[in-house]
Amino acid sequence: MAQPRTLFDKIWQSHLVSEQDDGTCLIYIDMHLVHEVTSPQAFEGLRLAGRRVRRPDATIAVADHNVPTSDRSRGIDDPESRLQVDTLEENVRAFKIPYFPVTDIRQGIVHIIGPEQGLSQPGMTIVCGDSHTATHGAMGALAFGIGTSEVEHVLATQTLLQRRPKNMRVAVEGSLPFGVSAKDVILAIIAKIGTAGGTGHVIEYAGSAIRGLSMEGRMTLCNMTIEAGARAGLVAPDETTFAYLKGRPYAPKGASLEKAFAYWRTLPSDRGVFYDREVSIEASAIAPHVTWGTSPQDALPITGRVPDPALEKDPSRRAAMERSLQYMALKPNTPLVEVAVERVFIGSCTNSRIEDLRAAAAVAKGRRVAKGVRALVVPGSGLVKRQAEEEGLDRIFLEAGFEWREPGCSNCMSMNADRAEHAERIASTSNRNFEGRQGKNAKTHLMGPAMAAAAAVTGHIADVRELS
Amino acid sequence: MEKFTTLTGVAAPLPMVNIDTDKIFPAVYLKTIKRTGLSKHLFEEIRFRPDGSENPDFVLNQKPYRNAKILVGGENFGCGSSREHAPWALLDYGIRAVIAPSFADIFYNNCFKNGLLPITLPQSEVDLLLEDAKKGANAILTIDLEKGTITRPDGGTLSFTIDPFRKHCLLEGLDDIGLTEKQAGAISAFEEETRRSRPWLFNITEGAS
Repeated sequence: MAQPRTLFDKIWQSHLVSEQDDGTCLIYIDMHLVHEVTSPQAFEGLRLAGRRVRRPDATIAVADHNVPTSDRSRGIDDPESRLQVDTLEENVRAFKIPYFPVTDIRQGIVHIIGPEQGLSQPGMTIVCGDSHTATHGAMGALAFGIGTSEVEHVLATQTLLQRRPKNMRVAVEGSLPFGVSAKDVILAIIAKIGTAGGTGHVIEYAGSAIRGLSMEGRMTLCNMTIEAGARAGLVAPDETTFAYLKGRPYAPKGASLEKAFAYWRTLPSDRGVFYDREVSIEASAIAPHVTWGTSPQDALPITGRVPDPALEKDPSRRAAMERSLQYMALKPNTPLVEVAVERVFIGSCTNSRIEDLRAAAAVAKGRRVAKGVRALVVPGSGLVKRQAEEEGLDRIFLEAGFEWREPGCSNCMSMNADRAEHAERIASTSNRNFEGRQGKNAKTHLMGPAMAAAAAVTGHIADVRELS
Repeated sequence: MEKFTTLTGVAAPLPMVNIDTDKIFPAVYLKTIKRTGLSKHLFEEIRFRPDGSENPDFVLNQKPYRNAKILVGGENFGCGSSREHAPWALLDYGIRAVIAPSFADIFYNNCFKNGLLPITLPQSEVDLLLEDAKKGANAILTIDLEKGTITRPDGGTLSFTIDPFRKHCLLEGLDDIGLTEKQAGAISAFEEETRRSRPWLFNITEGAS
């Protein structure tokens, strides 16, 4: 009998072009997503070497990081941002790469539009010069972020030189309690295994709580896999995946779809397969989470208090905690729900899909953004924005005093004008609470979309379960 | 890519865990379309004070370390974003090697593509090198990639290993793409087989834009 294999093993083996004696593998890439920030130097490299793009038909480009989320009819004010987007547009023309222009309804954050357009499919290898490419693992694809040299390598050869990662399984069994979202699940996982807990591994998320998640929830989960150190996270494709994909613009159709379905059903991990590492979490024990520090692993249940570094035994960990608390201007033992915020950001490739906006709107409905708080809602794509407007979510947000914006990466890492000023404290649905990421000395607290909306209407970090 | 054979230089201690790529190179400067000149924003948030002046507490602002060629860091060095601007900025500053107990996967890969050597050592050995690195102008280490050794200021040596293929590419300064192009036949054969077995993986984005 054949050796049992994991979902990851199956995808890896079916994409192996060659393997050297030392274990270096050449793997084939099925889908390459390109954005304006990490591609200009790669295209420049192609030009200098006189190389062409091997598979424009397996490549798509979009500008997302630099685009304004306010009125776009005037173009981009910032000359450097404009140059980067113009450079992408020149490159896609010169190398004949399909592109969704900034004014196209399909434009959006690259990790939102891949699944939305049916470009990201089970069993694929998907790469992008962006660490949150892990998102597409929700489709049952092996998807991971690469650097610009690797972007150039994929453009030229449609392959990558890689070492084979190990298999890790994270199981979440049981039902998620009321008020707990996929964001809370992934923050709880990262808090448990640490920000380097998955380094060198691909994480397969499994268990009844994961199977019970919608595709949007699975995307949120897989998105932050990189914050646990693993380049890729996976959820086995199932009927939820297939129902999501069917009918999307670039998904297989007709007989091709039937053939693909049959293949996709062979992908889930075999019974009795070996994982190099296994972690298990009880779904019923997960509460809404928020971060207090400057690493995504600094997450605690909302009922918790800011930890005291004096109680930490490991000296390097203690030093990191002290530095975090100093940066975050927080005192040990402060209840998290007493931390006041000045800014709220609902968006990013982690939490800007329709379900996220619905969850935030449910909290915002009939309430007002607290005095002194500025709250932005940035949909993940033009299509998410349109759907939200058809559902009346924009009205709910606007009436509550939130700003309703155009799609893009926005305040997650602030390459456009959406930047925290004056070292503001932010309740954010994004993925990284690193120092300075959302603005100079900005203090980020990561949380799910309903929790961020709760922070907006109360003016402080709040337990959404008490608002509902 | 510039070859990496041996390197002798001052090692700067940076004993922080989880040094992320936003810290190494802030996102706001990713708007560049070039690979060069990035060192002016290297470690900006901790290297400079809010008024733009140098933070004297930061190691690279201290005299012996201004010309550091080696960084000795804490665990999970380079976590976060995939931006290759992080190794580009380090190289532009003059750093050719980083020694740490562990590295984030994408950063580690990116280093090899640019002739920057990431060396993983057990924490106990990194601690020894951190002590060495605190010796200011005497914090001189010699790294020999071929032999896989680091020679300490007292003449003692530590050993490290690098995957044979990556080591070969660094020693010879080889271009990955050029090497892969030698496998063009195998890539084409793979594509032909996939076209038969999984035909939906072709012409995927045709019709877009």
